[in-house]
Amino acid sequence: MTDPTVPTALRATGLGRRFRSRWALRDCAFTVPAGKITALVGPNGAGKSTLFHLATGLLHPTTGELSVFGATPGSDEARARTAFLAQDKPLYPRFTVGDTLRFGRELNDDWDQAAAERIVRAGDIPFDTRIGTLSQGQATRVALAVAFGKRPELLLLDEPLADLDPLVRIEAMGLVMEEVAERGTTVVISSHILSELESVCDHVLLLKHGGVRLDGDVQRLCEDHVRFTGLADASTGDGLPAGLDRGTVVEATVTGRQLTAFVRGTAPTGDHWITETPSLEELLLAYLRSDDRPTEDTGRDGAAA
Amino acid sequence: MIAFRIDRRSGVATYLQLVHQVRQALRLGALEPGDRLPTAREVVAAVAINPNTVLRAYRELEREGLVEPRPGQGTFVQRSLSRAAAGADSPLRAEAVVWVARARAAGLEREDVEALAEAVLDETFYVAPADRAATPAPAPGPTPSPERVVRRSPQSMEEDT
Repeated sequence: MTDPTVPTALRATGLGRRFRSRWALRDCAFTVPAGKITALVGPNGAGKSTLFHLATGLLHPTTGELSVFGATPGSDEARARTAFLAQDKPLYPRFTVGDTLRFGRELNDDWDQAAAERIVRAGDIPFDTRIGTLSQGQATRVALAVAFGKRPELLLLDEPLADLDPLVRIEAMGLVMEEVAERGTTVVISSHILSELESVCDHVLLLKHGGVRLDGDVQRLCEDHVRFTGLADASTGDGLPAGLDRGTVVEATVTGRQLTAFVRGTAPTGDHWITETPSLEELLLAYLRSDDRPTEDTGRDGAAA
Repeated sequence: MIAFRIDRRSGVATYLQLVHQVRQALRLGALEPGDRLPTAREVVAAVAINPNTVLRAYRELEREGLVEPRPGQGTFVQRSLSRAAAGADSPLRAEAVVWVARARAAGLEREDVEALAEAVLDETFYVAPADRAATPAPAPGPTPSPERVVRRSPQSMEEDT
């Protein structure tokens, strides 16, 4: 979003990253607002992990740039303010939990041992347990303890809840939300579990084929879209009402005589349409399913609203 | 104290679910004036939702005069919603029981009765939302359910602040 009053945690301009001949990200421009929870969504291979690696300085952009609170990713300043929990939660399996926290303390000047220990204790994990013997849920908890011990201003979570059972998922997400409530941490979280993101995020960034397809405040995006159902118009080839701007259509299906369409903007006038404001999950699914027609690029930054 | 639960499939905005649950607890007497609501941190640790959502719900309850934030102490219940007229042994309830029995005897299914009651409730309690004028051209189609209408108003007000 382009709200100038909200400070920016991440800012990308013309950002691209190529691996040999394949562009993982191409010509991306977006901002991630500070103090908010941003969901990073997209199909596998859309560039989500590449984006995380660029934001932490583990990869460098091929084109354009990405800044973290105005600093270059990987610089001392950016590193001190950022914590990244990678998909595979890399911890040393032969370390004990206590060793792992000590390691975090030695690598970070601004380490909060009490906070890290509190998170571990709340999960009833003994400090002398070896990482390799922890359950998935316990390992996630320790990884989060290390991430929060850093006292980051920006927390990047790449699929943190994959492989966790539903109870542990809620527990882990609860931990993250607690940290946000206490410290106002900016969070970017990628996940395929759209229904779980709905109650969690303020902002959404949808990547597809290495490009930004949707970027904005969740409520505003939902209110900017409408889904309507009614009788298909027999006089038009696509069943959509004649007056409707086809450029605003995200998705439309005709089943028999019935038309269901998902558009950015307002529904056609007339009382024969059943209209609904979509939920975030419905919105994301519509964009994930829809073809990448060039007219839909107006979806960026609310330009079409 | 009150424990919240979130139904992620209900389609009702999360903050409204919290508002409803507090109102419900006030009606049932599970919450009474002077009781403290859980802090945002306590709520999000338990149900894993965005802390802003809790704050939004509490602001809404404050706007309705039901709760009051006390700096440094938390959010406290101001007034109760329990009403003798809606109690288990009230005459109104007895009349409702008779009415539902008549509807059933007339061959209506549960859903028919619900739809009928809801239509009457909508007619009786309908209040034009204050910010409707701000939205361009009201959405065509059937009258939006109250849920959807309420869902819009406080959010758009909030974004302006």
